[in-house]
Amino acid sequence: MLGEGILKGMLETARNFFGSYVSKERLTTVEYPEKRIPAFANARVFPFLVYDGSDSLGGMRCVACQICEKECPPKCIYIEKSKDKKPDYVGKPQFYPARFDIDISVCMSCQICVEVCPFEAIKMDTEFELATDDRFGGLLYDREQLAKSNEYYHSIHPAEANEVDARLAEEKAKVEARAKAAAQAAAAKTAPGSSETPGGGS
Amino acid sequence: MTTTPASVTADQIFILLRDWLAGFLPAGLRTAADVVLGVIAIVAVFPALFALTTVFERKGLGRMQNRLGPNRVGPYGLFQPIADGIKALIKEDVVPLRADTVVHFLAPLTLVVAVFMEFAVLPMGRNMALVDMDAGLLFFFAMSASTELSVFMAGWSSRNKYSLLGAMRAIAQMISYEVVLVLSSISVVMIAGSLKLTKIVAEQNQYSGQFPHWYVFTPWGVAAALMYAIAATAETNRSPFDLPEGESELVAGYHTEYSGFKFALFFLGEYLAMFAISGLGVTLFLGGWSAPLQSLNVIPSWVWFFAKVMLCIFVFIWVRGTVPRLRQDQLMNFAWKFVLPFTLLDLVVTALWRFMGQGWLRWIVCTLILAAAYVLMGRFGLREERMGRRSYRYAE
Repeated sequence: MLGEGILKGMLETARNFFGSYVSKERLTTVEYPEKRIPAFANARVFPFLVYDGSDSLGGMRCVACQICEKECPPKCIYIEKSKDKKPDYVGKPQFYPARFDIDISVCMSCQICVEVCPFEAIKMDTEFELATDDRFGGLLYDREQLAKSNEYYHSIHPAEANEVDARLAEEKAKVEARAKAAAQAAAAKTAPGSSETPGGGS
Repeated sequence: MTTTPASVTADQIFILLRDWLAGFLPAGLRTAADVVLGVIAIVAVFPALFALTTVFERKGLGRMQNRLGPNRVGPYGLFQPIADGIKALIKEDVVPLRADTVVHFLAPLTLVVAVFMEFAVLPMGRNMALVDMDAGLLFFFAMSASTELSVFMAGWSSRNKYSLLGAMRAIAQMISYEVVLVLSSISVVMIAGSLKLTKIVAEQNQYSGQFPHWYVFTPWGVAAALMYAIAATAETNRSPFDLPEGESELVAGYHTEYSGFKFALFFLGEYLAMFAISGLGVTLFLGGWSAPLQSLNVIPSWVWFFAKVMLCIFVFIWVRGTVPRLRQDQLMNFAWKFVLPFTLLDLVVTALWRFMGQGWLRWIVCTLILAAAYVLMGRFGLREERMGRRSYRYAE
């Protein structure tokens, strides 16, 4: 009959209307500034720089290779390479960024810098409350603002961070094993009566 | 009637207040003062009611969709209209470069003025009609018809295709449903025998035992009230008949080019029209200010009137929260192929009711005719032509 569907619909909305006052499960709204849902592990907003240990600038993984700067589609990264070198996580001396700026008003969150970084130094953050009243300086992040600890990285993307840590540990172990082998070889070379070993192609 | 003097005072409180205020003036000015005070009351009360309704509408719609609705400004979001009002007032008033400036400026004003005029004849309580006109119903419809003028003024003067399309849709829709609106109230006039709204209320303010003689409790009355409700929804451009401002197609229809305070006036006008048309519906079918049970007459009459109006407003909101927007051809088909013929039939049934005399026979006959007509017209009247598969003559 005409109007039957409308009555059914009206019944449904009436049920919602009264039900939303009775049962809290019906209301899916999370009242944002006071309450919030935990950030999703897959959320990606803007990049940040990972450092190991407690020294934010000293422990920075970035070696200022400038690959990300060159790959960045909107060209929002600016890097100045240091003159001196400091040892990285395996102890090899490396350059470090004397200056590392990301203009997040230009960044388009494409994550290409993260994809291309060979040193696992730049990762995507989940922080999204970045509003500022300073349109230029407030949106240009320098290396102090960008540096965030590996622990923070673990807290926002746990699975990904574990994978990265495992890979870095593996690499470090490989380097150490190779160094050990080289040291052994060197020791064997100097020791009398031992057979000749071919030099490791380090 | 079992009313104590205290309840009479409460019932007539506004009249007494008005007379007390007018008493300060010399006798020659009192009549004029009475009118001015009544106008001030209407101009103050209904916009306040509009402010409350906007926030309740948003909250109600939210709850119907399992959301919370606005709750940030003030306790439970009740100060939201104040924030909205300040926002509307301080907004830039943009007028299109090639718009007809004078007409563009006058359109919201004519709307609000015409809508306020409608309240003049509504009896909002015992002795509480500002102008107790003999042809009150006619005056009301004259005023509600002149709102169409302002809609067309707005659409035409904006020099914007969306505005013009919206205005054309609005005119087509409002004129189509105006016919139904008037015809459905004609049946009330046929029974009450008067266009005077206070007389229509007085006719309904009778009780058999506890039960009131409201027109909605008769077969012809319920049919007329239903048709009136449909036409009123269309007349006030409310969902599901909100095609004139269908935002998915027309941005905002005829008020696309209005911003700031002029837009607020349009918004106010629309809600005031809703109150006015609900008020007339209450007066015609729901017994005006009379109480739903005789023993409830101790509660002041104006409480009943406003309670009934707000109930109608809730139904408006409820329908808006439920029914999706119609298509233009569906809207027109519905008006001319179902609502109008059914209302005409209802006129015949009302005449039958009038001349069949007292007794239970007229109840059965009238109910049967209307129910059968409703079912048959619903089934066959609105049947759409089935289109075959689209065939291409040249493309293949």
